[in-house]
Amino acid sequence: MPRTISTSLIEARNLRVYFYVKKGALGKRGIVKAVDGVDLVIEERGIVTLVGESGCGKTTLGKTVAGLLKPTSGEILFRGKSITRMNRKEYMEYRRSVQIVHQDPYASLNPTKTVFQTLSYPLMRWKLVRGRAEAEEKVKELLRLVGLTPPEEFMRKYPHQLSGGQRQRVVIARAISVNPSLVVADEPITMIDVSLRLGILDLLLKLREELGTAYLFITHDFGAARYFSAKGGGVIAVMYLGKIVEIGPAEEIIQHPLHPYTKALIDAVPVPDPEISRKKRMPPLRSLDIPSPLSPPPGCKFHTRCPDAMPVCAEKEPPLVEVRPGHYVACWLYAK
Amino acid sequence: MGSAEPIIEVKGLSTVYYSLRGLVRAVDNVSFSVIRGEVLGVVGESGSGKSTLSMSILRVLPLNARIVAGSIMYNGVDLVRLPEQEMKKIRWHKISLVPQAALNALNPTMKIKEHFIETARYHGVRDKGAVIKKASELLELLRLEPRRVLESYPHELSGGMKQRVLIALALLLDPEVLILDEPTTALDVLTQRAILDLLKDLRKKIDITMIFITHDIAVIADLADRVAVMYAGKIVEIGDVFTVFKNPYHPYTRALIKSIPSVIGSVEEMKPIPGSPPDLVNPPPGCRFHPRCGEKLPVCSEKEPPAVEVKPGHVVSCWLYAAR
Repeated sequence: MPRTISTSLIEARNLRVYFYVKKGALGKRGIVKAVDGVDLVIEERGIVTLVGESGCGKTTLGKTVAGLLKPTSGEILFRGKSITRMNRKEYMEYRRSVQIVHQDPYASLNPTKTVFQTLSYPLMRWKLVRGRAEAEEKVKELLRLVGLTPPEEFMRKYPHQLSGGQRQRVVIARAISVNPSLVVADEPITMIDVSLRLGILDLLLKLREELGTAYLFITHDFGAARYFSAKGGGVIAVMYLGKIVEIGPAEEIIQHPLHPYTKALIDAVPVPDPEISRKKRMPPLRSLDIPSPLSPPPGCKFHTRCPDAMPVCAEKEPPLVEVRPGHYVACWLYAK
Repeated sequence: MGSAEPIIEVKGLSTVYYSLRGLVRAVDNVSFSVIRGEVLGVVGESGSGKSTLSMSILRVLPLNARIVAGSIMYNGVDLVRLPEQEMKKIRWHKISLVPQAALNALNPTMKIKEHFIETARYHGVRDKGAVIKKASELLELLRLEPRRVLESYPHELSGGMKQRVLIALALLLDPEVLILDEPTTALDVLTQRAILDLLKDLRKKIDITMIFITHDIAVIADLADRVAVMYAGKIVEIGDVFTVFKNPYHPYTRALIKSIPSVIGSVEEMKPIPGSPPDLVNPPPGCRFHPRCGEKLPVCSEKEPPAVEVKPGHVVSCWLYAAR
């Protein structure tokens, strides 16, 4: 990744997040390197989609960017300043500016609080409104913004009175209520009805137009990654065992994937066209399962499954190189 | 597929749940048949009644649910009216189910081989040697190493392996019909592809009819011979997969295909369906899709559309194609 003079909204530099776990019955210590040397830039109003299989580290990376997990090493810069070197005021400003939307809209709302209570709390906490009347006005505005109308009706409801899609809209309203510059959206549509999923993504894109929010969108679904990043003019980053193995403009990644892992994933995914989908077959991977993150392979972490593996792949980690403008890949097929 | 002989014929089936809010009509006057040897894909959103439909066929509904009308003919008997003792001889022996959330369906304290032995014993097969032999064959068919897998506990297997074990377990007593409820939903892309490929191979190797239930229409396109599209407790369209995908008749089917974000096609053409699925305690009158439909006519909010055969074997319930 190019290191511009950092006026970017968020920049992660050589970020590592390790978890220490007990291994086996004897309690031998093991390390899971959930994020293992990631560089990532998110510009103001930018869109970055992280896509990968479960266990690739995409959620850990998202939580770390949002300040919910502490990096083991490396840095996160918020508007050019490392978050570990901020004073209290600056740090609070960063925490307000980066909000998160979790996967499960059923678990992320307090069932004993009305929509009004849920949405007014952050407004009060960040002193964005004074008094109940002002809070009500602001909450109504937020509900209109996320398409929950009439707002007077939704304000009084409890989460159990809302559908999954409506709950996720409340969660999104809560995230944007404090005027964040970045929203980390972690699988925001996975638990939503199929017919409503694109509606949630469209809502996030609309909010970006109106409020200038940047997104770090996390998904396991290449179709959703493509839709969100392509419509928003953003990039897709493919993660594997804690590393970004390929990153580039959305359609470029989908139409011309370079990394054997990205190719395998895009080849494998069923598509809503029987003629095309039936021609798909399991890509010739050497192993179906992701290796244990407790003992990832040396060199390129994908080499144990890669159909194109060469001797060098087991020895040295491939660098991330720019193969086409803006399209980077970490693979020895493309690196010298 | 060979001859189009039906193996299961469902007529006018209605299944309701008794809830505190009232009667939930989860499956409402549904008729269709399953053809011997085919893969019938049933697609619908959550709450469309697709899982209730499969549980109705096997009569394994929760306590607050009941089949209130209709018949399910299988080999000349009506499963709806069959005494429970007789139904036990159908389940697993003749019609078998791989349930939803199957990854949690294995007992964590039992080795995989004990699951096979226990299942067989419950269904009256006591010859352990024969059960293990059969289990090994099935596991091999599903490309698992029988020796290793049979001696493993569930936690030692990956999600894809557990899913394959459950399919093998469902096939243990040589059923004629296998019902798979969202068998690839919780799996990663590559594992999902592997399971789809295995199911395709399985059909070539053993004589089996499959009912494949999913919310993912792309999976249906990949695997099924025919597709039944469910919306709010009704089958709104049923027909050959190639025909339905190339030329979907029902506005819901058309909208559903467009609502899938995919790696093919143009992003501009993908769009969500406006509104949300109806509350089945209080479904809209007439056609249940009319509040979300872009092509609705005055009649749609008044009368339920009849099922019309628009082409041989392609049946649609929509006023656009019915005589009014």
